[in-house]
Amino acid sequence: MSNVISDETIEYVGILAKLELGEQEKEQAKKDMASMLDYIDKLNELDTEGVEPMSHVFPVNNVFREDVVTNGDDRDNILKNAPEEKNRMFNVPKTFD
Amino acid sequence: MSILDYTAVELAEKIKQKEVSAIDAVKAVLEQIEKTESIYNCYVTVDKEGALKKAEEVQKKIESGELTGPLAGVPVAIKDNMCTEGMLTTCSSKILNNFIPTFSSEAVLNLEKAGAVIIGKTNMDEFAMGSTTETSAYGATKNPWNPEHVPGGSSGGSAAAVAANECYYALGSDTGGSIRQPAGYCGVVGMKPTYSTVSRYGLIAYGSSLDQIGPLCKDVTDCATILEIISTYDSKDSTSVKRDDTDFTSSLINDVKGMKIGIPKDYFGEGLDSEVKEAVLKAADLLKENGAVVEEFDLSLVEYAIPAYYTIAAAEASSNLERFDGIKYGYRTEDFTDLHNMYKKTRSEGFGAEVKRRIMLGSFVLSSGYYDAYYLKALRVKALIKKAFDEAFAKYDVILGPVAPTTAPKLGESLSDPIKMYLGDIYTISVNLAGLPGISLPCGVDSKGLPIGLQLIGDCFKEKKLIQTAYTYEQIRGKFGREDR
Repeated sequence: MSNVISDETIEYVGILAKLELGEQEKEQAKKDMASMLDYIDKLNELDTEGVEPMSHVFPVNNVFREDVVTNGDDRDNILKNAPEEKNRMFNVPKTFD
Repeated sequence: MSILDYTAVELAEKIKQKEVSAIDAVKAVLEQIEKTESIYNCYVTVDKEGALKKAEEVQKKIESGELTGPLAGVPVAIKDNMCTEGMLTTCSSKILNNFIPTFSSEAVLNLEKAGAVIIGKTNMDEFAMGSTTETSAYGATKNPWNPEHVPGGSSGGSAAAVAANECYYALGSDTGGSIRQPAGYCGVVGMKPTYSTVSRYGLIAYGSSLDQIGPLCKDVTDCATILEIISTYDSKDSTSVKRDDTDFTSSLINDVKGMKIGIPKDYFGEGLDSEVKEAVLKAADLLKENGAVVEEFDLSLVEYAIPAYYTIAAAEASSNLERFDGIKYGYRTEDFTDLHNMYKKTRSEGFGAEVKRRIMLGSFVLSSGYYDAYYLKALRVKALIKKAFDEAFAKYDVILGPVAPTTAPKLGESLSDPIKMYLGDIYTISVNLAGLPGISLPCGVDSKGLPIGLQLIGDCFKEKKLIQTAYTYEQIRGKFGREDR
């Protein structure tokens, strides 16, 4: 195995991914990610010098439309699945002190 | 013969002829579900009352002449990652265990307009991440050919429901083979159309540049008929393409004379089961005997598709799944100290192991310092893979090969080694990277009594050639079903 994932890296990725891993999960994640990256490193066998990264297979450009509102007040529907609501608004934990 | 043995198109015809009613059909399906669902676990949700009520409505509209389409009155199952208004939609995840959409996905609306009766929502790998339907938070689905084996995935519930006669046809989604592979494992027909053909509006996203909705069904005629109904331009999906060639049933033609079929040598190397190889090559021989021009060629780059795919799919997944934060919908953790702690606990408790694994990998390959080396590199390789297919389709109308290296593995065999599981997707994955259409149809049964899948791949927007080739093969092959074991 050539890739070694450090505790710091897993900690950092956990912050990016907004995931909290237990000690055991963390160790497993380090192993899994290292072996996946070893596998992905296979791509380095290919010379891609001068090849444009292809994000979309067809030449699709930005799709524009007239700036016209087509949907109305949909508050009840939007709130229907809210884990918590208050005064017809999403109730969220305190975001600043 | 039971009315469950009809194909979707045959059933609709019988309903039109007043030999059976849409209500009879729903009742037959519900009875079958009652009988076998405890073994197979194809569904996350069965909407018995809703389906019966809908069948009555549809029956009236058929009688009044308001509904005349080729699938009117036919019961359908929908993969649980497509939003259905008023019906629980979980993506087989705990994080959406209470999510009842207030709108339906465009593909589902198209079916409803055509008189479909939705039976329920089918089980899948959590967020479509997996190849066995074992990563579902609601238990694994079993293969109706042998319940000790997996049905494949991620649309395993849809494939198994069709094979078990627990519906007449189903919708699935395919990001790296998730329609074609379970169709192959369950002995049914499954098709992923060209990227952008079916609207992704209301499909809960996994890898947006790869995801496509498509049918799982009993034969190629059903497949073309369903695809024709769900292929519509949709301004709500900005990748939707306007096509004027979606009359797919017009290519249900029994003729492959002069059809140029290429067999990639790279698909028949190490790792391919000998019985699968034999059955697939026999199918190629049959097409050749009927006038197709069949030859072998080197596709190249096959072994690079999987690492490129997992980089791109994980990157897109990590971004798409950011929306599950415990604020707007879905599961929220009980105890937390502050906002960030709530996010983290909600997601850690709500997502399963495979989903977390891919989110972590995706976050890593997109993080600063690694983005170029991993993510952009994978997109460059994707361009090379697309080019290899372009060169192949300059010579051939259709590419023929296996769907998967083996028939359905036993339950529990695949999850222990993720990379081994990923390798099972080797013949399907590059099709998604290149945006191509692909169809899977049964071409035999192995010595274990499990079905073998044949895959046909077409150039972008050339579904018609695929359908014509698949239809012709099906005519040569003859009927195929579980009773043929």
